[in-house]
Amino acid sequence: MHPSTPTSPAAPPSARYPAGGLAFPHRDLTGIGPLARHEILFLLDEAEQWVELNRQSQKRAEVLSGLTIINAFFENSTRTLLSFEIAGKRLGADVVNMHAATSSVKKGETLIDTAMTLNAMRADAIVIRHASSGAVRLIAEKVDCPVLNAGDGQHEHPTQALLDALTIRHALKLAPGSDLNGLRVTICGDILHSRVARSNILALTALGCDVSVCAPPALMPAEIEAMGVTPFHDFDAALKGAQVVMMLRLQQERMSGQFIPSPREYRHLYGLTLDRLAKAEADAFVMHPGPMNRGVEIDSQVADHPTRSLITRQVERGVAIRMACLDVLTRRARGVPGWAEEQGVLA
Amino acid sequence: MTPRPLTITGGRLVLPEGEPVAGALRCENGRIVAIGNVSPAEGDDVIDARGALIAPGLVDLGVFAIDKPAFHFGGITRAALMPDQGPPLDHPARVRFAAQSGKPDFWVHPLAAATRGLEGSELAELALMREAGARAVATGRNWIADSGVMLRLLRYCAMLGLVVITHAEDAGVTGAAVATAGEMATRLGLPSAPAEAEALAVARDITLAELSGCHVHFRQVTTARALDLVRKAKARGVPVSAGVTPAHFMLSDLELADFRTFCRLSPPLRSDADRKAVIAAIADGTIDVIASGHDPRGPEDKRLPFADAEPGMAGAETLLPLTLTLVRDGHIDLARAFDLLAGAPARLLGVDAGRLEAGWEADIALVDPVRPWIVDSDKMAASAGNTPFDRRPVEGRVNALFKGGKLIA
Repeated sequence: MHPSTPTSPAAPPSARYPAGGLAFPHRDLTGIGPLARHEILFLLDEAEQWVELNRQSQKRAEVLSGLTIINAFFENSTRTLLSFEIAGKRLGADVVNMHAATSSVKKGETLIDTAMTLNAMRADAIVIRHASSGAVRLIAEKVDCPVLNAGDGQHEHPTQALLDALTIRHALKLAPGSDLNGLRVTICGDILHSRVARSNILALTALGCDVSVCAPPALMPAEIEAMGVTPFHDFDAALKGAQVVMMLRLQQERMSGQFIPSPREYRHLYGLTLDRLAKAEADAFVMHPGPMNRGVEIDSQVADHPTRSLITRQVERGVAIRMACLDVLTRRARGVPGWAEEQGVLA
Repeated sequence: MTPRPLTITGGRLVLPEGEPVAGALRCENGRIVAIGNVSPAEGDDVIDARGALIAPGLVDLGVFAIDKPAFHFGGITRAALMPDQGPPLDHPARVRFAAQSGKPDFWVHPLAAATRGLEGSELAELALMREAGARAVATGRNWIADSGVMLRLLRYCAMLGLVVITHAEDAGVTGAAVATAGEMATRLGLPSAPAEAEALAVARDITLAELSGCHVHFRQVTTARALDLVRKAKARGVPVSAGVTPAHFMLSDLELADFRTFCRLSPPLRSDADRKAVIAAIADGTIDVIASGHDPRGPEDKRLPFADAEPGMAGAETLLPLTLTLVRDGHIDLARAFDLLAGAPARLLGVDAGRLEAGWEADIALVDPVRPWIVDSDKMAASAGNTPFDRRPVEGRVNALFKGGKLIA
């Protein structure tokens, strides 16, 4: 390891958080669920410096030089994989991508075997996407290095929720350290199958938001109100008072009659048009994790709106958030002062 | 080879009714010849039970594997084998082979596959399988979705005098679900189905049982709503009965936290309200049978993401002690516990077993009902340790087990 490597070039004000490793006592990032409010804020604050760096022409910090990061994607992904790859490279790490979705690796004991193989190659962090809920946690139990969840089935996608929260904080021009107390957010779309929705519900409610979710009955999970949100089937009613509207992608295969009669019928009930956006608060922001079905869940005039759409800004913050997560989770192994192993790490 | 005559003395006899009574039991030629105030005859093997219960060997209704060490550990002397084998028990020759596969120290009563390949469409050769030793018919792990097939099956089995053991979950509602719809499944992002899928299936099959006159046994009924349907049908005189495994009266879906695949069961674990309804149904007689559902699964089936793991638990070793918790909590008495574990399943299978009765096979378990031990998935007698009860302290252990009057464990 490289204990002499400088840590974060411009460390954020640390007074808000417990000292050193106590600020984030988790070895892995398997989800938002295990995180406390101040741990979420800590990651958001850590990302601020990387947002700045990413806007320079010289975008490289040698924080992770010499470290190997493996992106093991058991499910297809373009933007999340790219975002993690850029994040690792900007921090100076050696980043390797494993496209398990296109190889013979499918499931079964091979999942554990693959994890053991990556572990034996002495990865310093492993980023995993997998089609089954809980798969990332299963791998995390088997490897010695930090594991980051890049999406597991319908369970969690924590970096998406973090980048969404950071994007909102910037859009509202809130200072580092601020939460989103009192903000009214409406999440609309396929809540049932969405890991983005689950992670966002956990993060936004932890940060004090008043969250509504909107979906047709077939795409609404049972007892969702137990997660502290208000469910709606009527999109217009769900939009009333919303300051942020998060649209979710609807998978094509769910619009062929099994869940929704057709894409145009979905658009009729749940498509975010400019007219419909008028039902939300004036100047409400619009978000979408991508990739979008333009003309289905979101109209182009909304998606490309110069002031109200945050969609490209989400992508930008995604890189910064992933840089922050990779930096923070590797601090113990890098021997960053205050982050020594004996500080007590939660599983 | 016939064992020598055997007399078990100094025990407490578990009889069909009432509290256990101090007494002895004598066997000859592998059969019980006298119960109660008997003394050993000249030349008998004599075993002192030292105050243990002298109970009938358990009859486990609906297991997925013949796993003798686990059954013997759990005091089980006979098991009804589910037809879900590879290949399925849908052919007389396979049934005949399965019926012989445990002898002499364990008896297997095969359950004939209701339909060819357990596919739920064409009736299997049920009369020939009965001749080959099938003691009942089972739909397997799945429900027969086609009501017309189910009605024809029940009418045919009513004629043959065979009980039909069915899985009660409406497959259209459950789909690919691995959990019961509710807060836990929602938080974990697991495919789930409403608990009412069970009541839907039970309601249909009660109707068809009434129409056909065939005895339908629901292998597992795990929800308040479905149990209520069974309760009312029984009161009306419909020939139905119900079973359950300890998982559904001991555990609820809260156990799924951390994606514990040993808790991936079929039907899935339910809410705590349903768990309590199962206990109430055992207490009031709505549930007739407690079985292990023994289904040992190695890491290749269980060390997987939750939804990809196979359902099932290794239940044979914990069947008796977990059922005894119901006695300790005052829901049932000991006589009823052994009727749930041995008497009722034997009656459903039509075999002379499950009860201490002169002239019957001497299948006897000596049970210390308060002997404490800790379930340990790494040290199980079963061929795999997939128990959701790992690390749980329990009470009740078999001190000795006799099959046909011969000591086997």
